[in-house]
Amino acid sequence: MATSAKVVLKLGDDISTDVIYPGRFMATVLPTETPQYAFADMQEFNAKLKKKEIPADSVVVAGKNFGCGSSREQATSTLKGYELTIVAKGFARIFLQNSINLGLQTIVCPTIEASEGDELEIASGEVVSKTTGKRFPTLPLPKARQAIIDAGGLIPYTRKRVLAAKSKV
Amino acid sequence: MGMTIAEKILARAAGLPAVEAGDVVEPRVDLAMSHENAALVINQFQEIYQGTGLEAKVWDPSKIAIIFDHRIPAESSKTATNQKKVREFVAKQGIRKFHDIRGDEGGICHQILPENGYVRPGAVVVGTDSHTTSHGALGAFAFGIGATEMASVWTLGSVLNVEVPGTIKVVANGSFAPFVSPKDLILYLVGKLTAEGANFRVIEFHGDAIRKMSTSGRLVLCNMSVEAGATSGIVPPDEETSRYLREEAGVKDNAAFVLPDADAAYGQVIEVDVAQLIPQVAFPHTVDNVKPVDAAAGTKVQQIVLGSCTNGRLDDIEVAAKILKGKKISKGVRMLIFPASWRIYKDALKRGYLADLVDAGAVIMNSGCGCCLGVHQGALGDGEVALSTTNRNFKGRMGNPNSEVYLCSPAVAAASAVTGVITDPR
Repeated sequence: MATSAKVVLKLGDDISTDVIYPGRFMATVLPTETPQYAFADMQEFNAKLKKKEIPADSVVVAGKNFGCGSSREQATSTLKGYELTIVAKGFARIFLQNSINLGLQTIVCPTIEASEGDELEIASGEVVSKTTGKRFPTLPLPKARQAIIDAGGLIPYTRKRVLAAKSKV
Repeated sequence: MGMTIAEKILARAAGLPAVEAGDVVEPRVDLAMSHENAALVINQFQEIYQGTGLEAKVWDPSKIAIIFDHRIPAESSKTATNQKKVREFVAKQGIRKFHDIRGDEGGICHQILPENGYVRPGAVVVGTDSHTTSHGALGAFAFGIGATEMASVWTLGSVLNVEVPGTIKVVANGSFAPFVSPKDLILYLVGKLTAEGANFRVIEFHGDAIRKMSTSGRLVLCNMSVEAGATSGIVPPDEETSRYLREEAGVKDNAAFVLPDADAAYGQVIEVDVAQLIPQVAFPHTVDNVKPVDAAAGTKVQQIVLGSCTNGRLDDIEVAAKILKGKKISKGVRMLIFPASWRIYKDALKRGYLADLVDAGAVIMNSGCGCCLGVHQGALGDGEVALSTTNRNFKGRMGNPNSEVYLCSPAVAAASAVTGVITDPR
């Protein structure tokens, strides 16, 4: 199933979790409360998010190593709160795992080229730019991780394991 | 074919005869560490049990460690309430490896774990903190995970779906020149590898420079391995590991070592002659923006930070005290010192280091993460520059996006405190 959405933010390489969710807001932990601080130091974009000017499924395009640094899960839940899709040339390990666990849409697309305002179609195995007509192959997530995504995230996945163990007793 | 340390530890923990890079395994966990973000882990943990009709009990309270260090004493009522919630949970679940805000037991998690003997060679250690890589200094496979992943570990006692990482072998030979330290070596390596150069991989440290290095120095290397993206940094355990566990961590039993096979497969080998190294500095705003100290020399700084899970140990404080004894910190510079644990604080006090540093004009802060992550204690003003022995310099890291952070060793920090500009200590 292909979906098409607009690029609302274009970022470079090595975007750290301090940029996505500054450390000074880490006392806020609940996924229901973290979205207010998404990209808090990029005030204009943060304001647009808070005013609900960014529709769900909008795309953030980034370079290599998106989400590097701290393991803070707020950096994932803050983006999940707006149902953003992150298309990056690469992701840092902990951020990628957190995103799979919480169901944040992350697309590994090593050659992606796009500008803010472009319309991207996230298809199976590729990202297609409706604006430039270019196609960019995506890398699949490993099978083991797909199982967590299919279960709707790590919480339901682990819950299933707990219930399976219970029924065995 | 032989196995690397990471492969051997993961094979054992997953109950398999052998694994290789790329395999997906479910290792049993020997130690699961959290700090204040345990508040979020508790929330996710309780959600897992919702609707199951089962009581939410952790799989093994003796294998869970919780250490308050990120925001101590609490900087806000919100943090204080989170900490209260964690205390109640710890009491209810019977978690004994809990280190509260106390002078007789407290400190930074990545110092508290080793100094209390919680980490053993060959163990699988997970922590809701990216610098959990530190514990590879004792020959463990230690890596950072998110809060929901930890909630799953608390439930099942294992980490789901771990892809066995490939390994980069670093061979560091030679002896460090005076005023050059393990911090300079790891900054150099992060600069060389880049911030994503070791992403999804392990760094295994070999060579006579590592064999001669104290556990304190090995903790620095493993701590900052994550700054090159590494899942884990590991030093093969040896005599020094046994000495540390026995003499400093009070471990009575003999630890069994897990060592790499001679024919283990490494994706990449990096050789370094540490005798050639000079002090290194990471420029703003990425940790891999590393240059020799002369490139930064003369840069004016307003705040100098010595401490953190990277460089807040006794030998780090000693280096600074020796440089600053009888001298004065430059006017217009504030120097903040955060010992990595209260045990280190007391040792530094006994040896007179803290008095020498205070006489020079430094401020001794309570043991904890302090201003490293920009939550409280030592935020930077607009346009200010900090020089810090911590591990990250991302934009906004020290609480203000309109400021800059340079990273360096304790010797560079202390020498620069005297001059007020970034200075080569040699």
